[in-house]
Amino acid sequence: MRRAGFWTASVLALILLALAAVVYGAVPLSLHDVAAAITGQGDPATIAIVRTLRAPRVLLAILVGAGLGMSGAALQGSLRNALAEPYLLGVSGGAAVGAVCAVALGVSGAAALPLAAFAGAAIATIATLLVARAAGGRADPRVLLMAGVIIGAFANAAIMIALADAPPNRIRGALWWMMGSVADADWTRVAWLFVYVVIGAALLLWFGRDIDVLALGEEPAAGLGLDVERAGRRIFLLSALLAAATVAAAGLVGFVGLVVPHLVRMAGVRRHRTLIAGSALVGGVLVVAADLAARVLRPPAELPLGAVTALIGVPFFLVQLRRLA
Amino acid sequence: MIRFEHVVVRYRRATGAAVDDVTFSVPRARVTAVVGPNGSGKSTLVRALLRTVPLASGDIVVDDIPVRSMDRRAAARRVAVVPQREENVFPLPVREFIALGRYPHQDVWRAAIDTDDAAIDRAVRLAGVVPLLDRSTAELSGGEWQRVRIARALAQGADALVLDEPTTFLDIAHEMAMFELFALLAREGQALLVVSHQLNLVARFAHQLVLLHRGRVVAAGSPSDVMRASILEQVYDWPIVITRDPAVGAPSLLPLRRGTHVL
Repeated sequence: MRRAGFWTASVLALILLALAAVVYGAVPLSLHDVAAAITGQGDPATIAIVRTLRAPRVLLAILVGAGLGMSGAALQGSLRNALAEPYLLGVSGGAAVGAVCAVALGVSGAAALPLAAFAGAAIATIATLLVARAAGGRADPRVLLMAGVIIGAFANAAIMIALADAPPNRIRGALWWMMGSVADADWTRVAWLFVYVVIGAALLLWFGRDIDVLALGEEPAAGLGLDVERAGRRIFLLSALLAAATVAAAGLVGFVGLVVPHLVRMAGVRRHRTLIAGSALVGGVLVVAADLAARVLRPPAELPLGAVTALIGVPFFLVQLRRLA
Repeated sequence: MIRFEHVVVRYRRATGAAVDDVTFSVPRARVTAVVGPNGSGKSTLVRALLRTVPLASGDIVVDDIPVRSMDRRAAARRVAVVPQREENVFPLPVREFIALGRYPHQDVWRAAIDTDDAAIDRAVRLAGVVPLLDRSTAELSGGEWQRVRIARALAQGADALVLDEPTTFLDIAHEMAMFELFALLAREGQALLVVSHQLNLVARFAHQLVLLHRGRVVAAGSPSDVMRASILEQVYDWPIVITRDPAVGAPSLLPLRRGTHVL
């Protein structure tokens, strides 16, 4: 019952928040206007606002949330670490460095940028694991996290240096990457993020049972016949790819991957296949809500999306950390 | 059913071999116990069987097939292992936790089939965890947690069960109940390999003992063959007398205070 209620509530929340995000804005629209604009009726200005500004923005927010939620769920399960998530592990930071370098080198386009980001994310991931091992082992969740935060700080510094003397018209600015935003969403970016999120989701769901087994621990998983090293690597890379794609599309949006899987577990979901699917859904809800809040809280200014998610995530992180101690 | 044949394991950056030329076999319907001091290579043998450490030389053979040439899942269908420690990071309902024992029998999408349910039912009854099924693994006592882990291993439907220090954190009653369960499983025809510190306990339950010291087998055979003061004093580097358990006459070890003169 609790689970059925969870799925219904999440889908409803997603629909209502998405509608609210399309209706609300500098030019307020009615639901009627929106419906008309989607079917191609009404005045051209409204159609333009809905179709080229607000609809892609909402969809991008949903996809970013879905990608980060799934990435966090898979990382937490496979690393057996309730505090794992792409932003805190430095994976997102590495992705941002990769994307910034690609942009600085003149590579652009919504298709290629995620690949550059993925290269950066993979390097950051390996660096985090090596630092954690040198500092006393991956087995301690806090050590791994510390390593991730260090790599993330290094990535932030690298972005600021890389963008210090970049021409403003070519690069959207260091702030955009480091604070995250879905404000300049367009359909190409939505489409490409959709492709990456769908591929990542399909593969993670395919390996979902392996994550259940990995979550038991290295030796129990080996006892059940899982090739622990290979499965762990595969899931880590898939999680990094998902996170990297969201970073390439919307910059660094932290804590979504941390908060979302815990919310889904609170609803009684345990198996990773369902957990990953639920995290995609709830991730979408959370980022749409955060983006809406970013626009509503201090109009006409827009708050950075990553700042809003951090405001939600930091207290949550502290609660989890306390539980761990 | 399981044979360790001249097994050598070396850890990276270690000078000597952790396990050095170890040979013994684990037959069906018997409890075989591997004993020895800390660092004697007991857990390394289990890790080698799980293939989490590579063999430097020698072979581990299950039903005449070398483990290293076996598909990992196929190996898990023949030999179930209960590792020494297992942390409960993301608690599960006990029922789902035990059902994970069917993992080596399942392909990617098939979550549950009839033989799965039968195997799980049998495992749950044998391990005596029926009353725990609707609890969460976070709410179990140490003894219950061990039983639930053993139930998961039994659900694997393997003919051999390997347990690494299964009673470390248990009190006397739970420890005894655990070993009674091993004896029962052996009577049912399973091959049991128990790695343990509890010499007196395994002397009463095991059909054969393998005593390891610095990675080598120093004695193997029936409990009364292995439990000799002359052997054990050397291995544990401590004065020891061997008495008889007053109930069944099994050999029983008694470490002495230093300087004690045995009458």
